[in-house]
Amino acid sequence: MSATTAPHPGSDEVVEPTPADAVHHTSTGLSNEKLAMWTFLGSECLLFGGLISTYLLYRNRDVRGGPTVSSLYDIPFTSVSSFVLLMSSLTMVLALSATQRGDQTRSRIWLLTTALLGTTFVAGQVYEFTTFVKEGLGFTVNLQSSAFYVLTGFHGVHVTIGILILLSLVVMSLRGALPAARSEVVEIAGLYWHFVDVVWIVIFTVVYLIR
Amino acid sequence: MSLQEAAAAGAAAHSHEETVTGTGHAHPSDRSYVGIALILALITAAEVGTFYLEDELGSILIPALLVMMVVKFAMVAGWFMHLRFDSNLFTRMFVSGVLLAVGVYLAMLATFQFFSEQGEPTPVVRYEEQPQ
Repeated sequence: MSATTAPHPGSDEVVEPTPADAVHHTSTGLSNEKLAMWTFLGSECLLFGGLISTYLLYRNRDVRGGPTVSSLYDIPFTSVSSFVLLMSSLTMVLALSATQRGDQTRSRIWLLTTALLGTTFVAGQVYEFTTFVKEGLGFTVNLQSSAFYVLTGFHGVHVTIGILILLSLVVMSLRGALPAARSEVVEIAGLYWHFVDVVWIVIFTVVYLIR
Repeated sequence: MSLQEAAAAGAAAHSHEETVTGTGHAHPSDRSYVGIALILALITAAEVGTFYLEDELGSILIPALLVMMVVKFAMVAGWFMHLRFDSNLFTRMFVSGVLLAVGVYLAMLATFQFFSEQGEPTPVVRYEEQPQ
């Protein structure tokens, strides 16, 4: 497939390729990039499943001194963080919708808002970790603290990677490399971002609320 | 009307309607997304509410929290990740991963007696207590 589709006869304009042009040339009729992202997200379920079940296994065992993780939870604070991350999923789909309409300005605004909400969430996590350490719950204090920090830390790293992807999209948009025809790039980044959100939905319930 | 004006008018008309993607699947409108987000916010508020009603809810607390978690998960995956509107192959890829993870780790937790009556798994053998 050529990079651009053929212009109309007698016309000088170059017609930009649409995602539909691209997907028609795959063996499944679907976007390979999108399929790859869904496969990756499916495999990520195993990673987070392992971390969550490890925490569940260790949260009531081997506490040799130091506080327990659940005794330090600040549920109102974590609820606000969860709400912030949930709303970042809304701003992400609004960014995709604006990109698909070719509304570059709104697309950038929503992408930046999503990145800002993600940063707020990560900042909240850093604050939570700092508070826990000040209370005497270090990474190596006991098995449950190690499992907790690894689980929530891995999630935080995923959010941070998502923020970097969002900022890259903003730069691409500013350079004019994110027209409506390439909205699938935003959609794939959005899939990653929403996945990070659904993982937190599970962590918030299983780790924080069910004790 | 020039080509650019027609395109701009079309974009404006689409701003509150469904967006048709390159793969031909219609995605929800912005208004639908906001509606879904409001429902998710309400469910989150209900989840947090259970924290303050722990004693009153008793044995239904955990099932209620798990149901709300699954509903939120499904709404984000179905609407925001467009699984309701995209090809079934994407759904199958993702659901396969979720089911595999749930199955493997439930088996692992059961093996370590996580669901046993005692509630406490096998005690950890400390290094100094190991047989020589």
